[in-house]
Amino acid sequence: MTVHFKPSRRGFLAGSAATAAGLTLGFHVPLVGEAAAQSAPPEVNAWVVVKPDDTVVIRIARVEMGQGTLTGLAQLAAEELEADWSKVTTEYPTPGQNLARKRVWGNFSTAGSRGIRESQDYVRKGGAAARMMLVQAAANEWGVPAGECRAQKGVITHVGSGRSVTYGKVAEAAGRLEAPKDPPLKDPKDWTIAGQPLKRLDTAGKLNGSQVYSIDMKLPGMLNAAIRDCPIFGGKLKSFDAAKVESMPGVRKVVRVGDTGVAVIADTWWRAKSALDALPVVWDEGPNAKLSSAAIAETLKEGLTAEQAFVGNQAGDVKAAIAGAAKVVEATYSFPYQHHATMEPMNATARWTPEQCEVWTATQNAEAALATAVQAAGLPIEKCDVHRLHLGGGFGRRSSSHDFVRQAVLIAREMPGTPVKLIWSREEDMLHGRYHPITMAKMTGALDASGNLVGLHMRLAGQSILASINPAGLQNGKDPATFQGLNSGGAEGVFGYAVPNLLIDHAMRNPPIPPGFWRGVNNNQNALYLECFVDELASAAGKDPLEFRRAMLGKSPKHLAVLNAVAEKAGWGTPAPAGVHRGLSQHMGYGSYVAACAEVRVEADGSVKVLRIVAATDPGHVVNPQQVAAQIEGSFAYGLSAALHGEITILDGKVEQENFDTYPVIRMAEMPRVETIIMPSGGFWGGVGEPTIFVAAPAVLNAIAAATGKRLRNMPIKTEDLRRV
Amino acid sequence: MLRLTVNGTVREVDAEPDTPLLWVLREQVGLTGTKYGCGVAACGACTVHIDGVATRSCSLPVSEVKAGQNILTIEGLSPDSSHALQKAWLDHDVPQCGYCQSGQLMAAAALLAANPKPTDDEIAAEMTNICRCGTYNRVRAAIRQAAGVTG
Repeated sequence: MTVHFKPSRRGFLAGSAATAAGLTLGFHVPLVGEAAAQSAPPEVNAWVVVKPDDTVVIRIARVEMGQGTLTGLAQLAAEELEADWSKVTTEYPTPGQNLARKRVWGNFSTAGSRGIRESQDYVRKGGAAARMMLVQAAANEWGVPAGECRAQKGVITHVGSGRSVTYGKVAEAAGRLEAPKDPPLKDPKDWTIAGQPLKRLDTAGKLNGSQVYSIDMKLPGMLNAAIRDCPIFGGKLKSFDAAKVESMPGVRKVVRVGDTGVAVIADTWWRAKSALDALPVVWDEGPNAKLSSAAIAETLKEGLTAEQAFVGNQAGDVKAAIAGAAKVVEATYSFPYQHHATMEPMNATARWTPEQCEVWTATQNAEAALATAVQAAGLPIEKCDVHRLHLGGGFGRRSSSHDFVRQAVLIAREMPGTPVKLIWSREEDMLHGRYHPITMAKMTGALDASGNLVGLHMRLAGQSILASINPAGLQNGKDPATFQGLNSGGAEGVFGYAVPNLLIDHAMRNPPIPPGFWRGVNNNQNALYLECFVDELASAAGKDPLEFRRAMLGKSPKHLAVLNAVAEKAGWGTPAPAGVHRGLSQHMGYGSYVAACAEVRVEADGSVKVLRIVAATDPGHVVNPQQVAAQIEGSFAYGLSAALHGEITILDGKVEQENFDTYPVIRMAEMPRVETIIMPSGGFWGGVGEPTIFVAAPAVLNAIAAATGKRLRNMPIKTEDLRRV
Repeated sequence: MLRLTVNGTVREVDAEPDTPLLWVLREQVGLTGTKYGCGVAACGACTVHIDGVATRSCSLPVSEVKAGQNILTIEGLSPDSSHALQKAWLDHDVPQCGYCQSGQLMAAAALLAANPKPTDDEIAAEMTNICRCGTYNRVRAAIRQAAGVTG
């Protein structure tokens, strides 16, 4: 990964103005100042730069946060480019550059498992167009038709004469050619770079300490800041006594940050934090000072039976079906707040002057980070930019809010011209999350005399992420994302079961705790509620959970295929090892079909050991199978961490958990073996980073029920609920 | 001024005695490969070796490092990423975001130095570093490879 730091955007702005006025393809992403920009290697197009030494630089609009998107997108572009993979590197354009070029790189947002599936088309076309231009440039030089030339591994050969030239030699000429419109793309079956289990491009620096993360940012003269924002949601900063800490070592300034926070700026972060810890602060506790998890739960419970609810999916007459059922099954479930707990706490470096503002940070959406920076900087957007640094984890936190960018810019405004790096302590990070929303569900199922599911009412109650983060995304008050994976149609997440009488509705209840997108988002609880309850229904009907599901998935062949695949590989229907029990789950989300079979053992003391996971995914196409496997493995670590441990609770308006000692997460000793089945069926592009997380918790809870006869309906799993001695 | 021996080089640093070694390494010595994750020795991202012993540097006041003790950070694990664990990490494409991996590697290196052929249970008992991306199974596989053991 090459990241270019530039102390000034002036060269860039001048260069882009010249570009807009003249050449369409001659634009260079600037290095340091105008001189460097002039010596920058030529662009073939916005996506591809080839240096004279034949190094290929592929521009990456989406961001790498561990999920492998950087390597996958480079594979897609390199495939169409016919590049020599050993010469491929990558770089990030900035959102300012994207704006200046009329968003030539499209959307920067890296969330919703969209990194590859929503940009693969134009990234591949970018690679294909660049290849055609390079071939044309060589053909022009030789005075032969381009159709007589072949490109392979970065070398263009004229078939008739055997003459050949490398990309680096013709790149500059290629960049002056007109770009082909809508270049044809390869059939994925002909892929040689994409689709292969290639090694990631970004590993070497992560093995020797040289990878620069946002928290590692250094600039000449940089100061460091530590912040405390009001820990009570809705509270404000009343006062602080700066005089008490101003003479502490290294301290430069104590500053108010907006209405709610105070920060200490010092030469080092540790000195800033030490002074902050010693700083007397008085809070205006605001309207939520007595809010507790118990009160939030009551609010949600009321929603379970409320008259008014937004309808997400409906068929037939569910009330009549329940009234006429041979057997009615009811159950209430809940899913608590979760914290992202990225390993790298939130941080950002900002430099502000009355003329311009620059930010360096780890973000899943640099364009949103720029919008936040612009607002905080009080400057026009063309005077601001955000430089992307490597993320120490994202999981949705770094797309849900750029509160840390806002704070960093506000702090930097107190020190014009001096770069200031703001780092949140782990405690600050945990108290100011954008938490997985809290929800409950009341499930009512109607079985006929043969044990068929003839009616299902799924009443969701709880928090809307969009209502907090993007109210403009609501549809007449309804948050469509609350029905993720439960839709009647579409490409994102379809409810797979055929149930003649169906009602899925949502009573929105929004406690004043900021929610966010947390890996899997609303699919997590939706899959948990539905898939656990399907097992309860199968049990009530006296049927095998696999057969019960199969009977309802006849018209959902892709849902069925992944379910069958895990059942077969896990040995469903054959005896498990002594003391080991199995559970199943399937779901569709972010365009992909996923299923899992969990094998667990529950000890007499109630402790749960998840031994083995068999997981299948059909994401349509697979760009790098070993990285898809890595994402599946990781999704189970994240999902099982939530199932086994994850719970954020509220007391007196504030989060009770402040660090990993009170917010435990899964470690190696608890990690099961994960066997992956990657079964792309083609014809569509689904996501990879999130989907298998949906089936982690329900498969395990179903296995626990099989092991103990106890149905746990509240997350996380609590040992005391399963204790037999 | 404090004198520290870091990766074989004596460094003089200006820090208060209660400053955690982690922040001295990151801010005064300028070695940022060692990461801050929790500040309470719970996550292991800050793991370094002190005379060969894996130590969570975020909770160790720099004044407790004794004169002449050798501090080894990820930058000093090998001169050219040639340590058997670094090679195994590359072979298994272990890192995702990578933020915890300096600590994972340093913990694993101390483990293998003390126990060259660990069992899976011994690996899990020693490797308590948190990885939120969930690379645990690849971490274990890479340790096995470096140790020349099969799981």
